Amino acid sequence: MEQTVEYAHATGLLSGIWLLVAIPLASATVLLLLGRKADKWGHWLGVAAVAATFVLGLAMFFSLAGLDAEARSAEQSLWDFIVVGELHVDFGLLFDPLSGVFVLLITGVGSLIHLYAVGYMEHDEGRRKFFAYFNLFVAAMLLLVLGNNYVMLYFGWEGVGLASYLLISFWYTRPSAATAGKKAFLMNRVGDAGLAIGIFLMFATLGTTQYDEVFNGVGALSAATILVLGILLLLGAAGKSGQFPLQAWLPDAMEGPTPVSALIHAATMVTAGVYLIARSNPIFSANTTLQTIVVSVGALTLLMGCIIGAAKDDIKRVLAWSTVSQIGYMFLGVGLGGGAYALAIIHLLAHGFFKANMFLGAGSVMHGMHDQVDIRRFGGLRKYMKWTWLTFMMGWLAIIGIPPLSGYFSKEPIIAAAFERGDWTSWLYGMAALLGAGLTAFYMTRLFVLTFHGPERYTEDNKHPHESPYIMTVPLMLLAVGSIGAGFLMASSVPDWLEPTFGAEAVEHHAVMPHWLITVLSLLVTVLGAGLAWALFRNGTAKQEQPAGVLVTAARRNLYTDAFNEAVFERPGIYLTRALVFLDNKGIDGAVNGLAAAVGGSSGRLRRLQTGFVRSYALSMLTGVVLVVGAFLAIQLGWLA
Amino acid sequence: MVGVTDFPFLSILTLFPLVGAAVVAFIPKTRGQLAKAIALGWSLAVLALSIVMWIAFEARGDRFQFRESYQWIPTWDARFTFAADGIALVMLMLIAILVPVVILASWNDIDETQRSVPVYFALLLALECTMIGVFAAADVFLFYVFFEVMLVPMYFIIGSYGGARRQYAAVKFFLYSLVGGLFMLAAVIGLWVVGGNTFDWQKLSDVSAAFDTGTARWLFLGFFIAFAVKAPFFPFHTWLPDAGVAAPAPAAALLVGVLDKVGTFGILRYCLSLFPEASRWFAPAALILGVIGIIYAALLAVGQHDLKRLVSYTSIAHFGFIGIGIFAFTTQAGTGAVLYMVNHGLATGLLFLVVGMFVARRGSALVSDFGGAGKLVPVLAGVLFFAGLASLALPGTAPFVSEFLVLIGTFTVHKVYAVIATVGIILAAAYVLWMVQRTTQGTLNPMLVAVPAMHKDISLREKVVVAPLIVLLLVLGFYPKPVTDVINPAVEATMQDVGTTDPAPTAVANGKVAP
Amino acid sequence: MTPDYYLVLAAILFTIGAAGVLVRRNAIVLFMCIELMLNAANLALVTFSRINGTLDGQIISFFVMVVAAAEVVIGLAIIMSIFRTRRSASVDDANLLKY
Repeated sequence: MEQTVEYAHATGLLSGIWLLVAIPLASATVLLLLGRKADKWGHWLGVAAVAATFVLGLAMFFSLAGLDAEARSAEQSLWDFIVVGELHVDFGLLFDPLSGVFVLLITGVGSLIHLYAVGYMEHDEGRRKFFAYFNLFVAAMLLLVLGNNYVMLYFGWEGVGLASYLLISFWYTRPSAATAGKKAFLMNRVGDAGLAIGIFLMFATLGTTQYDEVFNGVGALSAATILVLGILLLLGAAGKSGQFPLQAWLPDAMEGPTPVSALIHAATMVTAGVYLIARSNPIFSANTTLQTIVVSVGALTLLMGCIIGAAKDDIKRVLAWSTVSQIGYMFLGVGLGGGAYALAIIHLLAHGFFKANMFLGAGSVMHGMHDQVDIRRFGGLRKYMKWTWLTFMMGWLAIIGIPPLSGYFSKEPIIAAAFERGDWTSWLYGMAALLGAGLTAFYMTRLFVLTFHGPERYTEDNKHPHESPYIMTVPLMLLAVGSIGAGFLMASSVPDWLEPTFGAEAVEHHAVMPHWLITVLSLLVTVLGAGLAWALFRNGTAKQEQPAGVLVTAARRNLYTDAFNEAVFERPGIYLTRALVFLDNKGIDGAVNGLAAAVGGSSGRLRRLQTGFVRSYALSMLTGVVLVVGAFLAIQLGWLA
Repeated sequence: MVGVTDFPFLSILTLFPLVGAAVVAFIPKTRGQLAKAIALGWSLAVLALSIVMWIAFEARGDRFQFRESYQWIPTWDARFTFAADGIALVMLMLIAILVPVVILASWNDIDETQRSVPVYFALLLALECTMIGVFAAADVFLFYVFFEVMLVPMYFIIGSYGGARRQYAAVKFFLYSLVGGLFMLAAVIGLWVVGGNTFDWQKLSDVSAAFDTGTARWLFLGFFIAFAVKAPFFPFHTWLPDAGVAAPAPAAALLVGVLDKVGTFGILRYCLSLFPEASRWFAPAALILGVIGIIYAALLAVGQHDLKRLVSYTSIAHFGFIGIGIFAFTTQAGTGAVLYMVNHGLATGLLFLVVGMFVARRGSALVSDFGGAGKLVPVLAGVLFFAGLASLALPGTAPFVSEFLVLIGTFTVHKVYAVIATVGIILAAAYVLWMVQRTTQGTLNPMLVAVPAMHKDISLREKVVVAPLIVLLLVLGFYPKPVTDVINPAVEATMQDVGTTDPAPTAVANGKVAP
Repeated sequence: MTPDYYLVLAAILFTIGAAGVLVRRNAIVLFMCIELMLNAANLALVTFSRINGTLDGQIISFFVMVVAAAEVVIGLAIIMSIFRTRRSASVDDANLLKY
């Protein structure tokens, strides 16, 4: 490693990094402890806490930008968390360019979604609790991105998992919501276990978990160790980000209220996996096999997400699979390494805007349609909800990558980077990314057209859709502005800004075709996909599920991944548990009780000797005496000698 | 000069609850409220004394502090010797905190059993005396006596005040421990013979290196079986679910929270320090038992239908973690194991107490008798959820620190065991969340609505019961240093006794990186 | 005259007593048989005292007499109370203390 990672101490305004975590945490604590007393104003406290954090984060961001490029980092050790033997874990925070952009994304988009939720959750009696959990999530997510070592990251990692669980199963009286929350937590824990073992491996090989010390020590590790370490971290990342093979929980997570889906399961938490890989870039860049694995996971997941998303009829599930697929693009980016790290982060930020925009738009649609989520029962809504339609359109155009909206600036470079990998795999991953772009255009257009255009297909009790109040539409407008402009703004500035984290861009290009051709191709497939969807669904669709071919049926069944999980893990698990319960009761406890029964039984036989007749006792005494006397005599007379 | 450390803390701490037990026992049956109040006050006084002792303890000082010794049986060289190292100190503190909480938690439960209220609280105080004694003893014979006497109050608590099948559970608990104790008695006598006719721990520890290898292994086994039954480790665990179900929930909290820790504490103090070679020889077997226990008990916990039984099985899984932490022989794992003993006492204690509150309302511990209870008792359901989170070692709660330490310390020397044990944290999430889902979430069980008591959310008394445990779990989850600093020197001394050192990081050992 | 005859007599008396305890059922007779065995033992003790020329045996025999007297007092009281409750002096009827 020619480059040494070193973080400067936090000074000035930046010495208040801890406030970023503390403010939302304090707000969550107050809301939870005060209980019903805070019902009247609790939501405003929640919004204010996140908004204050955003302002503070923004100020810190600019004060960081004011420093020299080399000195752009601020590390703060709050207290010794775990100090045992050689293990020294800081409760420490790090504010550097990478965590800076995440802080802005989390608190910025977070503030808007909090504001939106004030309106969305207005009629829910648990609104105060909702905001407490929401603040808790923001605190945990900020801890995740601000930690200066892997244990802090893990701390926040599990914290967002908890918040995600609480919010998915927010309407816990619905069995499906409770089950979805549990499923999310469990699948996340599988990934978390991988991440935890990765941290153990770091300590066993390098004796530390601090970012800078780990990154500086990567050069001392063997290739095999790096590969194993990377796969473990990737497992953690896949669990949190809903990537193959741990993707199944994310669509189910849509059981939560829509603002949750927008903030946690689209804009921020699910991108934590991308953050982990981007943060650990010295580890991932050190092994090409490892990078190939990450790229493969990304490519596979992005195609899976597109295919399944195209077959779903639930507005939120389509968006959820779209999220899975878009994060696939980000994994593709971070897997490619070099300059593509920054591209993945740009896509992550842009995605944060347009996907949050569309989720909130979907929430607005549901709000106006009595919680109807089936896109087959929408249609023509543009007449009734102008703002929602307009803002959703911006999100739609952004995600399919129509220039000059943000998706074009963020996705197209990733496709191009995939083609530049340098060997035959360029074609494989490049074509996958290109195909994904076409499919994305198809399913997003299908969603958009079926919802806002075409004939009205409402159910009987649902005749009068209405637009949402301003408290919900204003955040939509702001996010739509972000969806339009963010890409262009970030495309040039972010790579420079992130240079201290990712190092200078690698100069080698092995383009298999000229860049302009890739741009043209990707625009072409996008227009093709969108046009096809428009043509197919312009006149609406059937209101019931229609029989379909093999591919569509498989897509409707999530490509049978759920069935696979159930057949391979769930059912054998249940049978194993039952068998073990039986073994424990009859086997181990049976052996113990059997021993006790044997002792009891034999003593039951023996006590029959106590007949209660004095004569038999006297006879046994006499026999004893005779035996003793006989023995004496035998010895005395020398019979035994 | 008479300093605060010369004050006979340990003997007073041991005897004081016994006096309290005598006082409470003589209160007439009709004055139950008085008995409760006196017992609570008495246990709070013990807590106050323990806090003073905690402050007086010098973390950087000698390994054993507050040593006192009085003549007892001169011909055997058995003495009333008390001394506390960091490990014993944290356990004493745990006892002092849990007993008042348990007394307060039992406040109304005992009235319904139609049995003498003062006797129950006297038994609790007597139990506190024996538990303190067993951790404070620094004489092997004295330890053995407390170890066995401890069974008596618990036997009567389970047998007289328990639920269904209490007699069966009490006898099973008693016999299991007694059989284990007999193995230990044989080993204690053997130790006296080979150790130069003394029971003094310090003297025995000084000559332990000279023990014959074969003899030491047999003696180790004698002690180990007793402690493995007590802890309990797989496969000696089947008494715990029965006892946990039958005992009144607060007593069950004390049973798994403290009483069982005597087993793991005994392994650390007696097996490891007195038989270092044998400990190293048996370590692979003990590690395997620990790993099996983690996975096996966690799977069993998933399959349980009774809340108290479920919590008992989770404890067995946690004891597996403590077991591998002890036998990994690294300072991280050892400190983690001791910290685990404390945290598990708090977390599972809380879990048992909350489950007890649910059971007291519903009149049943069957999971299927609940369902959607969060709608009726939201705060209580929240506390149950929190206790569950602590039990699955979520970061931010104290058990995370200990579990992390155990696993990371084990990983540096035994990668495979640590990885298998890590699977246990997935299963932990499964059993906790499934329990929470089946009891408090989902559609409201109509039978539950018909139970009037289920409409009463957490009362002020119950809040006072759970609050100190919740606060401690959170504080130690974020800042465990005060406890680890006390534990660490004692664990390092124990590892020195065993004769192992922490492995250096492999990359550093290869000389590729300057340490 | 050799003391052997006294010992033989003591042995015969003891055997009669022992046999009586084994074969008879009436509690009073049983009691008399026990007394017979005690007295046989006394006779043997006194004889041995004479043979050895010490007083030990005679002293022990006094103790035996005292014990026998005490035993009679308690034993007869027990027999009386059993007879009152069960209307029988047969030892076979008083067999409640069994498995």
